[in-house]
Amino acid sequence: MRAWALAALLVVAGCGAAESGGAADTTGDGRVTVFAAASLTEVFTRLGEDFEAAHPGVEVVFNFGGSSALAQQIGQGAPADVFASASPATMAQVVDAGGTAAEPVAFARNRLEIAVPAGNPAGITGLADFADADAKIALCAGQVPCGAAAKRAFDAAGVTPRPDTLEQDVKAVLTKVRLGEVDAALVYRTDVRSAGGEVEGIGFPEADLAVNDYPIAPLAKAGNAAGARAFVEYVRSDRGQAVLAEAGFEAP
Amino acid sequence: MTLHADLRVARGVFRLDAELVVEPGEVVAVLGPNGAGKSTALRALAGLLPLTGGHIRLGDEVWDAPPDAFRPAERRPIGVVFQDYLLFAHLSALENVAFGLRARGVPRAVAREEAARWLDRVGLAAHARAKPRTLSGGQAQRVALARALATEPELLLLDEPLAALDAATRLHVRAELGRHLRDYPGHTLLVTHDPLDAMVLADRLVVLEHGEVVQQGTPTEVARRPRTDYVADLVGLNLYRGTARGTSVALDGGGEFTVAAPATGPVHVVFPPTAVSLHPDRPTGSPRNAWRVTVAGIEQHAHTTRVRLDGVPPVLADITTATVADLRLQPGAGLWAAVKATEVHAYPS
Amino acid sequence: MTSIAHRKRRRATGRLPVVLVLPAVLGLAFLLVPLVGLLVRAPWGTLPSRLFSASVGEALRLSLLCASLATVLCLVLGVPLAWLLARGDVPGRGVLRALVTVPLVLPPVVGGVALLFVLGRRGLVGQYLDAWFGVSLPFTTAGVVLAEAFVAMPFLVISVEGALRAADPRYEEAAATLGASRWLAFRRVTLPSILPGVVAGTVLCWARALGEFGATITFAGNFPGETTTMPLAVYLALETDPDAAIVLSVVLLLVSVGVLAALRDRWISGPS
Repeated sequence: MRAWALAALLVVAGCGAAESGGAADTTGDGRVTVFAAASLTEVFTRLGEDFEAAHPGVEVVFNFGGSSALAQQIGQGAPADVFASASPATMAQVVDAGGTAAEPVAFARNRLEIAVPAGNPAGITGLADFADADAKIALCAGQVPCGAAAKRAFDAAGVTPRPDTLEQDVKAVLTKVRLGEVDAALVYRTDVRSAGGEVEGIGFPEADLAVNDYPIAPLAKAGNAAGARAFVEYVRSDRGQAVLAEAGFEAP
Repeated sequence: MTLHADLRVARGVFRLDAELVVEPGEVVAVLGPNGAGKSTALRALAGLLPLTGGHIRLGDEVWDAPPDAFRPAERRPIGVVFQDYLLFAHLSALENVAFGLRARGVPRAVAREEAARWLDRVGLAAHARAKPRTLSGGQAQRVALARALATEPELLLLDEPLAALDAATRLHVRAELGRHLRDYPGHTLLVTHDPLDAMVLADRLVVLEHGEVVQQGTPTEVARRPRTDYVADLVGLNLYRGTARGTSVALDGGGEFTVAAPATGPVHVVFPPTAVSLHPDRPTGSPRNAWRVTVAGIEQHAHTTRVRLDGVPPVLADITTATVADLRLQPGAGLWAAVKATEVHAYPS
Repeated sequence: MTSIAHRKRRRATGRLPVVLVLPAVLGLAFLLVPLVGLLVRAPWGTLPSRLFSASVGEALRLSLLCASLATVLCLVLGVPLAWLLARGDVPGRGVLRALVTVPLVLPPVVGGVALLFVLGRRGLVGQYLDAWFGVSLPFTTAGVVLAEAFVAMPFLVISVEGALRAADPRYEEAAATLGASRWLAFRRVTLPSILPGVVAGTVLCWARALGEFGATITFAGNFPGETTTMPLAVYLALETDPDAAIVLSVVLLLVSVGVLAALRDRWISGPS
């Protein structure tokens, strides 16, 4: 009996491996659990729906959060199949710990933009205004990717910003702008776009020096390895890239 | 200044409608069963419960006259001794007594001095620093009395002041309370369900039933002419003042009793009407107390007949209907009354 | 005979019921084991150097200051509120009582957003504060105090109200008959009698304020020396340096346990 069961298991497993190796749209059944950076919330939710539509019987479950927090959860054994990070550094933590099943690949690039409340009440024009003590300024904390990117931009512009608050993630920064509590902030272009009419974006030349690559990788302990690979490929496909571009992401 | 109170309180189905008049120096006891409205009356007088009708006046001062006037408790010159005393647990006995003076703006040092004097008067000078929970029931009662009297109120209200005490303590405290009340020049209103407390302590009884005054008068009047069965049961006590010397008590109004327990000095002598037996001739044998009486009145109550008898002293007797017939009782008839010494109790007063 | 009596007495005083002890021990373990985990993982070797860094001291000082100020604010507003709920003759008291507990069930972040809606630069009240007095509360230490007080006050109110409702209101009546106004009666009679409840509520309130994160970071933001309290520092340290986060947590833990234990000895088990 036991031998029979073992044999059956091997056959099934072998078939799965063979199939997934063959056709890209074969995912195995069940669910794919994706841990993704908070800034991907809107676009990945949409990609997930598209993916489910293209692969009947598959359910994509997301856990959005700060990239660093997600990397730590993965390190502590959280049941994730795919990790999409907002920075190569946090992805590197997972890679170093042997957490990935394949080499991470950059699938999108994000660019910082100055965000101001609708109407730009404080008349912000560029990064230099961030040094104004009278202006209320929100930035990401240096420990999170958007904060590190902001630091690169300010360094490049030779501006010493005088922030009033260093928020724990980019969405928190965006909220402060939306509510009009700050006059200006640095967020990703995609965030400005997701906020609709409440927030205006102002581009600045130094943004080229502070672009952020988003890496994605299937994970070593994935319960659904085939699904994980399929989702990564879907994100990198033309269709996935089109959705990302629409949300304001650039191609890597 | 006379206290005039026409107490009308309507609360749900309960109605209190009672008129009370208390003269200065007078002790009035409001007596009644549970739920008769005694506590309501006391709370209304204290200002803890506004009247819904009627009035409370002390001399010219209006304390309560709905709907226009209401003077809250803290602005009435009153002192209250609550049934369970309600001493402030975190304050010492001295601080409890000084509380009212402090609340009325007396400087701390003066208030404490005055409070110490009051504690001395109630015999608790040694317990000035004691916290209430370390005091015995009797001591706590005395602190409560001192606290109520320390502000020299116009009206002293006592809510079942002896109810929380055990029987032995009660005797002493009752006698002592009586002494303080005699010294107190203001108006005193005592609420109790214990007829003995009422009769010993009060100059006048007011009996409440169902929120109404059913009878009032001096304790003797009420006892001798109870208007309802309840009053008869309640105040059906033979009570005399007298002076004890050993087991013999000479009554202030004439006559003498032999009691079982020896005592000395002024006492109250008490026995119930059921302890009195009536005989056509001088009884022989065990009764130590026997004297000539004449029948002054006969009242039929639910189960017994109460006979009012004149004599030295006058006395009430409850006898069975059969005995009435045997003795051919009728007003004016001459008889012998007898009470066993063991039935006669003498309380120090 | 004597041996039976002896055995009986031993049994009567000795045995604790297993149905109580077993869950009690499990409960204790459930509460304590995570703390043990924190202590085990703490980088004890580098702890002293991390501990005395300027940023830790700054965050700790700010945490203690803000939690204490928030507690004072809660006492000043919360004790009268508890009194109103327990004794006041206000219509809809049940609804009011339920509303007071709203900050308990509200996710603190939502509480912070709600505070922004009211006291923010464009908030219902905040816009006038800004326009008339030039006062802006978000991103200030005062904002931290407000956010912490908002979240912590229900703990104080509930515990003081419970104590008030358990206290016999007739003592206030007794005080009134002695000539005390309601305020004096409250101050000299009621408050001392509910002191254990007030202290317990204060301790809970302070502890909650000390650990407050969500409402603080949302309403007051995060800026070192100004609004970065220990919990915020812990959260941000977790992003890059988990060891630092553990150190900060251990510091917060030790300080709060120390303060609470000291208070407990002094007040809660002290007088009785």
